[in-house]
Amino acid sequence: MTHAIQLLVGTRKGAWIHTSDAGRGRWSLEGPLFLGQIINHFVRDPRDGRTMLMAASTGHLGPTILRSTDGGKTWAEASRPPAFPKGDPHGRAVDHSFWLEPGHADEPGVWWAGTSPPALFRSADGGDIWEGVAGLNEHPQVLDWFPPEAGTPDGAILNQVVVDPRDARHMYLATCSAGVLETTDQGATWRPLNQNVRCDFLPDPYPEFGQDSHFIALAPTDPDRIWQQNHCGIYRLDRPGERWERIGEAMPRDIGDIGFTIIPHARDRETAWVWPMDGTEVWPRVSPGGRPAAYRTRDGGASWTRQDRGFPAEQGWFTVKRQAFCGDAADPIGLYLGTTGGEIWMSGDEGESWRQIAAHLPEIYSVTAVPAG
Amino acid sequence: MIRVSIPSQLIAYTDGATRVEAEGATVAAILDDLDRRYPGLKFRVVDEQDRIRRHMRIFVGDTEAKHVDVPLSNAAELLIFGALSGG
Repeated sequence: MTHAIQLLVGTRKGAWIHTSDAGRGRWSLEGPLFLGQIINHFVRDPRDGRTMLMAASTGHLGPTILRSTDGGKTWAEASRPPAFPKGDPHGRAVDHSFWLEPGHADEPGVWWAGTSPPALFRSADGGDIWEGVAGLNEHPQVLDWFPPEAGTPDGAILNQVVVDPRDARHMYLATCSAGVLETTDQGATWRPLNQNVRCDFLPDPYPEFGQDSHFIALAPTDPDRIWQQNHCGIYRLDRPGERWERIGEAMPRDIGDIGFTIIPHARDRETAWVWPMDGTEVWPRVSPGGRPAAYRTRDGGASWTRQDRGFPAEQGWFTVKRQAFCGDAADPIGLYLGTTGGEIWMSGDEGESWRQIAAHLPEIYSVTAVPAG
Repeated sequence: MIRVSIPSQLIAYTDGATRVEAEGATVAAILDDLDRRYPGLKFRVVDEQDRIRRHMRIFVGDTEAKHVDVPLSNAAELLIFGALSGG
């Protein structure tokens, strides 16, 4: 059974909302919201269905969080956006918020934010007032985990916060220079969780930390299963295990297993999708060979199937960034991706075929799918 | 009172006004006074360590202020600009 979907689209030049009919066939684009603002993430709270947050900045102005408590009808700026304490011993200042995560279902109003430079912030009031999480931001190893010179072309980032749906105290972070970090006390203490995850760019290829974890996702029906798209491959970890398995080894050699994101199926723990990017030579980070395609596994990563029907057969040089690929929970699953060329593509049949549902937008940074309403 | 020139990037805070007035003996004090009346404005111009953001420029009269401790002695005007950025 399908239902109407809202895609919340963050771009380099503002935000848009793309809404479907119940069959996900017809789409209607609203926007722009905050034209010219850099919107790294645009998220709706699944707990109340109406609070929306955007991580915003502009080319000139400092970062902020934009909030709506009425489903996007009206917006206001956070009273106190994420910021380090004045006099921070490392002189840090938030350049931009990158990831916004609604807290655990048992903690309404709690939100988490990951920033550049890498740091974790928490709000207890629906995103209005933000406080730093000292257990991470003031950790004795914080400059080892997040060296100021490390990071992406847009700076080092704490690129993802993931909350265990069974336990609000249990969380994972994905970071660009310390790999995956885990806490079991809601952020008071942290430890790296990177065994067997490769670092092609360090002298020790399997360090305790130093990995660039692009994206992690818990299988919705089995939160002990973690999928990871790393800078250096596709991995899977079944907890309480500690050692990641490089399931990307099963990808075709000429495609490789480099990419930005991985999307688990809402109901099937064995199924996930990746969007491979060219990681050879100078790391072009475009669709390999100019032939865009998703790859799907239905057996936990033991094998992968190419899904390219509908995409250009040649000269398609899409890049899909880490927050710009997502799925819904309908049956069949809908998949959505936004490209750096400002196009949105969808599949209504779990990746078997794809069609373009928007074009001519600015460079897309994030796409999140929520039930319309 | 000091006259303050507001750039286009910040007029969403000042209800569209490009010229306002504020009180204070330093750039920091002026920004604090502006922030009281236009909440959120200061953090978009200077960071939490009181550094002027990379793509913002502040002038006291015709002299650029490189930090917020610059005094406004005898100056009648503070100008905030959005510097070159974007594309």
